[in-house]
Amino acid sequence: MPEFFQQTLNGLSLGAIYALIALGYTMVYGVLRFINFAHSDIFMVGAYLGYYLARLVPAASVWGGLAVMAGAMAGCALLGILIERLAYRPLRRGPTLNVLITAIGVSLLLEYSGQIGFGAEPRTFPVLFPERDVRIGSLVISSSQLVVIAVAVVLLLALQFIVHRTRIGTAMRAVALNPQAARLVGINNDVVISFTFGLGSALAAAGGILYATNYPSIDPLMGVMPGLKAFTAAVLGGIGNIPGAALGGLILGLVETFVAGSPWSTYKDAIAFGVLIVILLFRPAGLLGKFRIEKV
Amino acid sequence: MPKPHLALLAALAAAGIIARFSGLIDPYYLDVLTIVGINIILAVSLNLVNGYTGQFSLGHAGFMSVGAYLSAAASLFLGPTLLGSHPSAIMEGLFFLGALLAGGAAAAAAGLIVGIPSLRLRGDYLAIVTLAFGEIIRVVFQNIDALGGALGLNGIPPYTSIFWVLAFAALTVFVVTCLVNSTYGRGFLAVRDDEIAAAAVGLNPTRYKIVAFVVGAFFAGIAGGLYGHFRLTITPGGFDFTKSIEIVVMVILGGMGNTPGVILAAILLTLLPEFLRPVAEYRMIIYSLLLIILMIIRPQGLFKLRPGGRADKGG
Amino acid sequence: MPFAFRRFSWLLMAALVPVVPVAGQDTIKVGEVASLTGKDADFGQSSHKGTLLAIEEINASGGLLGRKLVLLTEDNQCKQGESATAARKLISRDKVVALLGEVASSRSLEMAPIAQASAVPMISPSSTNPRVTAIGDYIFRVCFIDPFQGTVMAKFARDTLKLHRVAVLTSVSSAYSVGLAKYFKEGFVKGGGEIVLQQKYSEGDKDFKAQLTVIRAAGVDGIFVPGYYTEAALICLQARELGLDAPIFGGDGWEGTPLIEIGGKAVEGTYYSTHYSPDNAAPVVQDFVRKFRARFEGETPDAMAALGYDSAMVLAEAIKRTGTTEGPKVRDAIAATRDYPGVTGVTTIDAERNASKAAAIFTVADGKFKFVESIAP
Repeated sequence: MPEFFQQTLNGLSLGAIYALIALGYTMVYGVLRFINFAHSDIFMVGAYLGYYLARLVPAASVWGGLAVMAGAMAGCALLGILIERLAYRPLRRGPTLNVLITAIGVSLLLEYSGQIGFGAEPRTFPVLFPERDVRIGSLVISSSQLVVIAVAVVLLLALQFIVHRTRIGTAMRAVALNPQAARLVGINNDVVISFTFGLGSALAAAGGILYATNYPSIDPLMGVMPGLKAFTAAVLGGIGNIPGAALGGLILGLVETFVAGSPWSTYKDAIAFGVLIVILLFRPAGLLGKFRIEKV
Repeated sequence: MPKPHLALLAALAAAGIIARFSGLIDPYYLDVLTIVGINIILAVSLNLVNGYTGQFSLGHAGFMSVGAYLSAAASLFLGPTLLGSHPSAIMEGLFFLGALLAGGAAAAAAGLIVGIPSLRLRGDYLAIVTLAFGEIIRVVFQNIDALGGALGLNGIPPYTSIFWVLAFAALTVFVVTCLVNSTYGRGFLAVRDDEIAAAAVGLNPTRYKIVAFVVGAFFAGIAGGLYGHFRLTITPGGFDFTKSIEIVVMVILGGMGNTPGVILAAILLTLLPEFLRPVAEYRMIIYSLLLIILMIIRPQGLFKLRPGGRADKGG
Repeated sequence: MPFAFRRFSWLLMAALVPVVPVAGQDTIKVGEVASLTGKDADFGQSSHKGTLLAIEEINASGGLLGRKLVLLTEDNQCKQGESATAARKLISRDKVVALLGEVASSRSLEMAPIAQASAVPMISPSSTNPRVTAIGDYIFRVCFIDPFQGTVMAKFARDTLKLHRVAVLTSVSSAYSVGLAKYFKEGFVKGGGEIVLQQKYSEGDKDFKAQLTVIRAAGVDGIFVPGYYTEAALICLQARELGLDAPIFGGDGWEGTPLIEIGGKAVEGTYYSTHYSPDNAAPVVQDFVRKFRARFEGETPDAMAALGYDSAMVLAEAIKRTGTTEGPKVRDAIAATRDYPGVTGVTTIDAERNASKAAAIFTVADGKFKFVESIAP
């Protein structure tokens, strides 16, 4: 029984990270209708930014950790806006599949440049937040797990606030609903889209730092697997739907954890994907997605 | 004789001639040419699904692996008993053909299984499901010890020759082109352009989607079999989603639903990394930069040789 | 001609200009197929650096047979199929006399048939699956193989650590991990032990708490982790966090400074088998470490670098011994390598063309690697 609680905690912590990355995928999809393949690599850049910025702050301090995270989020927001401006905006008029190729190109570019620039060898991520473990019987709660869950919740709430209670958020929802109409009512789509990318990239950076805090080894290809899982989580929850991404992330994290702790651990990835397929069979637009009825 | 049939015969003859003189070609060039042929089969078969029928499939490498594993298993486990110790070239050739077709059939069956959930799913949901299937296939193969597990199968008999590859490439192009240009085949394009309208005029979109998946998967399986008997070793990890994405890039770069364009894109994207060898480590950086730049300056696909591409549905 | 074609013709023409190889007679060309980019790039780059150091060292002291050694390296991006194309190019276009590579068994298996068919000797620095050298008599390796290492660790676990009930945590997507686990299990059970639990993880995983939680509940004496140093370090960290104090041990994949950097206190008191450690006081090792650090900006060489170095040195020594670069003669010379004093141990190439050498068990004490015992074949 205590194992069940331990695994639940493990799953929630893993799920929180997937949720953070998934939020970025889903936001960009909601506004632009395309899957930003480069998102997982911005996650990686966020972790590396954290690695370098950490040298400027004292280790294992809450304020230091938050400052580094803020710095990395800002840096990646800029990177995301830059990528959008240079690589995606020229293709906005055309079919979305072309932007997909560009996104793949950007992803490969970031990965391989990272291998040359940062070196392929894994680096040890410094300790950003003070580490303390709480033990209740045989249940071990590590502080990093708690930090991950806490920060993810805070960021999710902040995101919901931005999207539903601010003007820019309303503008984002408008562009997501109907870009032409949004332009007609005076919204500057370019600004909104840049903002969306910046916000999504900032979330990816936060995810990267939290991931690196929990698993202190970073390398230029660290985003590939988590990115794939997070993308799956976003679709699971209904792509374009923000609470859906969080829900998808949590479900995926829990499923993966429980399967990993079972005799079927060798099929872990297959089962996680299998769950996705089964859920999509019954709810073709994801758990919280709206199935758009196309009117002829 | 209709033009496509003539073209096929000409291509087969050309394949035969090239194969006859393959001893004169430098082994490295021959190697690259063989890979080009395999990539053409992969890209053209995926084009049927993604380009002509508009179903965004990200799991093509999974079908390739099914074909590769089944045909390799046939050669390794059934081959010795069926062929005996000194088979003649004809016997070997027939056996190889059988193994390839068996691999293709298995892949087609997998295509059927993957195609069915696609009925309810649209666009990006379909993409993730096909990607999920591809990954599931990979994990399953990784766990089958009889098929080598994570190390995969090796010591596969080297049956693939340039003739087989070029012949099947020609055949794939022939089948896909004839299929799409037939009266029946117009249905694929109709499903792509507007599924509801297609249903409204009496077509069964379900059937077209499934046929596209099955035929596409069949040829991917053939390509897998050819690959396995060429490289002589296959691993589950070599058929992952990055491989699927490579094939998707060829299709999109070639212009979705533009078979000559897709063929040229397959050739270009196979040759490009070879040309970039002198720059070694920067090869992939240049490759990815080129991808980005190509899409920005020529978004309609590289080779717009004739109209018939996707109807632009506007921003 | 489509417009776009014109744009690319410059590219095609530039590439068709033949790259004239360095003139033949006064150089010896050795080919290397390496994982310089892609998912195993850290191992491939390390191995490549070791090989490069060896080649440069030989050239600095007058070359081989009076001729300069030229290393032609091709990257395979860790992608399936690329190693074969690279090998073919090196053999037929660049006319290399021998091939070095690859670090991963699956990629070596691609290159080996080509080398064998072209009668070009091939030495793999670190592919441990037995099937690689079984391809043919031109294929060699300078590392020990999975069966040997698995048995060594099983023996160590039973006899020295006195373990009875062990859990095995394997990476299901790594042929190395699966192979090593298989032979360990066989050896351990044969020695009277019990494999209580087998959990798996896969490539790219960083969270092992789920598997470790189940292992904790099973109450085992020790955990065998036949993986690479990054995962091993994280596994140790997470195990200790969960309060799992049983000894954790592994194979040569553990060797690397990131093990201590990432693992910190969690890896103290863990064990692993290897053929090399930078903290080994033997003069040949310290010499190598010093030269490597001088060449590569203070970087400490790991086992991959040491094996890359030895693979090149063994090849060179064989060529020197036989006085020619002809394939069959070099092959015979490599096969006759006896007690070569390599950085990774005294190496003898046995009848199966594998390196027969002792495995050294190391542990981590006070933040450094410490030698424990040596187990001979």
